[in-house]
Order: sequence, then structure tokens, then C-alpha cells
Amino acid sequence: MTKQRFRSFASALALGASLFATQTLAKSDITIAMQLEPPHLDPTSAAAQAIDSVVYTNIFEGLTRFMGDGSVVPGLAESWEISDDGTVYTFKLRDGVTFHDGTTMDAEDVKFTLDRATAEDSANAQKALFSGIETVEVVDPLTVRVTLKEPNGNFLFNLAWGDAVIVAPESIENIKTNPVGTGAFTFGDWVQGDSITLNRNPDYWGDQPALETATFKFISDPTAAFAAMMAEDVDVFDNFPAPENLPQFEADPRFQVLVGSTEGETILSTNNKQEPFDDILVRQALAHAIDRQAIIDGAMFGYGTPIGTHFAPHNPAYVDLTGNSVYDPNKAKALLAEAGYPDGFETTLHLPPPSYARRGGEIIAAQLAEVGITAEIINVEWAQWLESVFKGKDFGLTIVSHTEPMDIGIYARPDYYFQYDSTDFQALMDTLNSTTDPEERDRLLGEAQNLISNDYVNGYLFQLAKLGVAKAGVQGLWENAPTAAIDLTGISWDE
Amino acid sequence: MSRNLILGAALSSMVVLAALVSFVWTPHDHAALDIPAKLQPPNVQHWFGTDHFGRDMFSMIMVGARTSIAVALVAVGIGMALGVPLGLTAAARKGSWLDEVIMRGNDLVFAFPSLVIAILITAVFGAGAINAIIAIGIFNIPVFARITRGAALSLWEREFILAARVSGKGAARISAEHILPNVANLLIVQGTIQFSLGILAEAGLSYVGLGAQPPTPSWGRMLADAQTMVSFAPHLALIPGFAIIVTVLGLNLLGDGLRDWLDPRIRVARV
Repeated sequence: MTKQRFRSFASALALGASLFATQTLAKSDITIAMQLEPPHLDPTSAAAQAIDSVVYTNIFEGLTRFMGDGSVVPGLAESWEISDDGTVYTFKLRDGVTFHDGTTMDAEDVKFTLDRATAEDSANAQKALFSGIETVEVVDPLTVRVTLKEPNGNFLFNLAWGDAVIVAPESIENIKTNPVGTGAFTFGDWVQGDSITLNRNPDYWGDQPALETATFKFISDPTAAFAAMMAEDVDVFDNFPAPENLPQFEADPRFQVLVGSTEGETILSTNNKQEPFDDILVRQALAHAIDRQAIIDGAMFGYGTPIGTHFAPHNPAYVDLTGNSVYDPNKAKALLAEAGYPDGFETTLHLPPPSYARRGGEIIAAQLAEVGITAEIINVEWAQWLESVFKGKDFGLTIVSHTEPMDIGIYARPDYYFQYDSTDFQALMDTLNSTTDPEERDRLLGEAQNLISNDYVNGYLFQLAKLGVAKAGVQGLWENAPTAAIDLTGISWDE
Repeated sequence: MSRNLILGAALSSMVVLAALVSFVWTPHDHAALDIPAKLQPPNVQHWFGTDHFGRDMFSMIMVGARTSIAVALVAVGIGMALGVPLGLTAAARKGSWLDEVIMRGNDLVFAFPSLVIAILITAVFGAGAINAIIAIGIFNIPVFARITRGAALSLWEREFILAARVSGKGAARISAEHILPNVANLLIVQGTIQFSLGILAEAGLSYVGLGAQPPTPSWGRMLADAQTMVSFAPHLALIPGFAIIVTVLGLNLLGDGLRDWLDPRIRVARV
């Protein structure tokens, strides 16, 4: 054997050894499945939750951010001062933060982001979050002063939303296909219809995450989801679409099941402007005709917490109002007779694709039939639902889960798709928005919950559970979903 | 009568009987939910078990048979009602522009995969039993038109037709009085086959959510609902699947048997 040959042989051996060594180290890549593919990757110009799931805290960060337990902590803002009257917020930004394209994140970017969100032609899906902002001033490169029109106790919470992440003017043009943020992961590749890959950002300002790459895979069909998980093609399913399969995962030592809460109030949305639902007696009859527990057991196989108003039960301000709408078909019939519909009436029930809606809808239609209401089931795809129900308001009833956090404020918008128009409620929300005292806020929130529950605006069904399935070795997943997010920074493999 | 014919007739009439009986009697209310009693395997009380909402599967299969048969029957009816006259006309006017228009129109419909177009039609006009019937019916038209034209063309060459023409009968009258009765056997056999295909098409459309809408039970949708539960409640998928197999097998055997029995050429050959 010549020297040359020997050398290559030795290096091959060494290479083999090093390969072996990396394999015994903890895995640093992960494949996470989710049901819906994002339409694009700009969280500041669309309501689609799938966008936030991919980019929130991974690619983009805001001044503040949500943690897995729902608390709001400093993000790109290191600290802040609030003036005594509660209208001026002075944010001190973190030093040395750069965007993935190398440009510096400074006060100008914050001003750009907030001005863009509040602009007349803003495409932001949650403009209400920013509506209280009067001016945004750059004090120095690391200090921003935000002046509000009036005090807003929710302001720091609002800034933690995915719709409020900081973006840069340099990279805004292609943000939808090539998102450039400040987060611990950079955008890698997007195979349309299949997956999105993110890579670790070596220049991240905070702690380096344990993962090197993460792949988000889109699997919409529940049967395919089950097969992919069982075959171990994916490591994590963010929110597993078929609750009936969870016992099988629980019984299998290869997997862990994480059942947590989401911000999703699942409701039987009622068109308050359409006859006969403009009559409160009819809406009250609906509420008493529905057996929530049967829906939770039948549609969700027991996963879900009954709610009696539009509020998350895990929130400290929650008031249990399920007593307002106890299942009582006889009372429902009596109420219908009182409202002038002794023989019931006919209406439509539009059902989007998730199983809570499709299965829940079949159960509700059967329950409504018991009291004489004929609800014609119309199964629709999401695009159709957005077009005809959400925008067109052409529906009688529909089932949908409202997954935005703390979204009771939608009841103060008379043009919102269920068209609840109550000056009392709108005044209450105005008072709430200008109140900063936490105890007083909780009291007002309680009052608001009571108001919509007593007005029977919608049929309040249950709080959607988050049904996470993961391989046994995955650690650091969010059990609950205080906002739509799959926070990769805390995820690691336990080998 | 052949064994096929007897077996086919028995299976088919069993399904038809179940559908008819369901109008007056089912063991349980097919639409009544009983969530605590869900996912029971077959037992004394529920002969075919219960589904994920606790509904009685036996009752659902019986009423589902009604849906399948109604959709397939009307669809075949549409195909015959429009296809046969078209075929007769084309044969009577053989070689004319009318014949060309009818037969090229048929080719056009034939050129598309039938289920794909059925999905397109229901997707555009909305899901539901009526649209499923129309979608399936449209694809039965060229089948009957072709088979009628083919059989009628050979009849037009025969002496008895010549005799009818000599006696002064017009083409329309000859078609109705002499051609149609002589192709009827063929149409009955083809109708049976198309009927079984219609049942399959209805199940397929319901499976993808474009057939009869809930709460109307449908075998195809029962299969779709069972998908994620096959691993722990196999009866949910096996029972509607078996119902479809029995029906389609029965109708195909019946069609085969009828052909052997009715087809004059085979009958002559046997003698």
C-alpha cells in the first residue's frame, strides 16, 4: 500500500468515525406536521393562522411576545416605561439585533412597522390592535416613543400578536415569499403544497436554539395524518385533526400526546340580522336546544371544555355562564312558540371542513330537529366559507372556532359577520379599552361576558382543545396555544 | 334459468326489499343520535352495531339502500329516456347530418372520464342528491344511444322492416313499433349493468362529499366517515363496504343472467 493510498484510507476511516459520532449526538432536525398550508408568509397582512404557526417567534419577533403559558414577556423591546396617564410608552430596544439580511434592527424599523399597520391602506388583519396609536417617534436608534390616543391596558398584549411583528423596509417587498425577520430561524425553502424548511440563524441575538433545521409539512387529510404519524414520517403533529385516534397514540410508547387549551371558542355563529334570529327568544331557544356535552363527546371524543360565553375558561377573568343555556328541549319549544314559531322554521347550517364543524353540525342539526327547527346542512370549503359566510353574511347558522386570543371585542363590531349590534356592549368595550386597573378590567370583562351570554348572541359550545401528538423524545413543545405558534426555539430531542 | 340469474335476482331483490321496507319500518330511527352508545360492535340490539354518533348502522344501511337505489334508478331513467330516442333517430337517419351530430355529441361526452365530470358538475352546481342524479344521468345518455343505434342499424336491414316501409310507415313509426320492441331486451340488460355502475358512482360521489348531504344516510359517506376509525371500529367501514359489494355483485349477476336468458342470438344458439 502506497503512502497516498494509506492516507486516503485513514481519512476515510476518520470520516466514518466522525459520521458515527454525529449520529449518536442528539438529533438536531425536526419535521412538524400541520393541517393547513399558509397562503403566504407575511403575518402582518393576513388572518391565516397557518402563517403565524410557521413564522411567529421563529422568523419574526415583536416588541413583546407570548410564552407558552400565555404570559407576555419582552421581545425585541428590552424594557419600557409607561407615562403616568398611561398614554405614552417608551420602548428601549435590544442592542445588536440584525435582520436575516444583515441590516440592523433599530427604532426606524419599529416606526416603519407600526406606521405600516396603522396606515389608511393597511392590509393588517387585526387593525383594531393598533387603532389607538396616535404617533410613533424615533427618539434615538434604540428608543421608540409610542403615543396613544387614550390609555389602553391591552397595549403590550396587542404588540405580542403575530400581526405586530417587526418587519424591515429593506425586505418588505418580497416578505410573502421570502420573509426576513430577526428570529432564531431563517427562511430556507418552500415546496408549495408540501413543506417549508427553516434553518438556524447563527447570528441570532438570543440563545442559540437546539434545532438546526425544522421542516413544516402540510397534511390536511385526517387519515393521511394518522398514517404519517404512525409511520414516523413526521415527528410532531401540531394539532392532530382526528381526536378519535388519540387513545391509540396514548397507548403506543413511541408517542406522547399533549392535550392543552387553545384560544378557540367554538360557537354556533348565528346571523343576528337574519329572520328569525333577530328575535332574542329564538336565539334563546337555540341555546336551550343544544346539548353541548353530546357535541363534545360526539364530535371531539370528549376533548373540549363547555363554555357559556365567548371567553377562554383558562383566563382568570372567565365567568362560567353555561347555566344560562342548559340543555332543555321543552323550554326551547316553549320559547319558539312564544316567539311565534310553534312549528319551528327552516334555516341553513354552513359547515367548514374541520371535524368539530362537520361532525358537530350533524349533531346540532339532529338536536335542532328535536325542537322543530330544520337546519339544512351545507358543507363548504374554507375559501367558500370566507366568501359567503364571513364576507357575504349569507347564512343562518355556522360553526366555527374563533382562535384569536381575547377576541370578545369582535362583539363590538356591528358589521362583523354575525352582526351583533348592541350599543350597551360597544360602550362597555370603550370603557374597558380605557381602563388599565387589572381588577376593574376583570370586572368589566365579566360584565361583557354576561351581556353577550344573556343576549344569546351565538350558541356557545366549547373551548377547542389543542391535541398535540409527538414522538416520545421531543421536548419543549407548547402544550397550550395562547396564540397560533409553533415555537421552535425551545424544542429539543431527548436521546 | 341460470344460477347467475337466480343468485343475482336474490341479492338484488334483497337490497331493493330492504330499501322498500325502510319506508315503513327500521329497527331504530336511522337519524336518532345516542352519543353514549357510540361505536358498539354488532350485537343483539344493534345488529350491525352503532356508528360514531350512536346511530343504528342496520337502519342506516336500510335507508342508505333507498338513497343509492333512488339515485341510480333515476340516473338510469334519464339515460334511457334521452339516450334511446337519440339512438333510434340516429339509426333511422343513418349517415345524415343528424346522425353525425348525435353520435359526435356522444363521443364528446364519452371522451371525458365520467366520475371526474360528475365531480365537476356537483362542484359547480352544489353538492346534493339531485345534482348527483343529473351528473350520473348525463353519462348514461351516450351509453344507451350507442347501444340502441348499433342494434337498430342491423334491424333496419331486415326484411320485416322493409315490409313495414313498403306498407307506407314512416321512420318514426317504424322505430317505435318495430325497432324498439326488438332492442328492448338489450336495453334491459344494459340498464341493469348501468344501474350497478350508478350505485357505485353514487357511493363514490358521496364518499368525496358531493352526493346526498347529511342527515340523509348514504353508503359512500358512511365509508368516508369511518376512515379514521377503521383501526378500532372496523365494522364502520366493513358494513357499508359489504353493502355496496353485495348490491353491485347482485346487479351484475342479474345483468349477465338476463342477457343469457333474453338475448335471442344466445337463445337460438342454445337450441
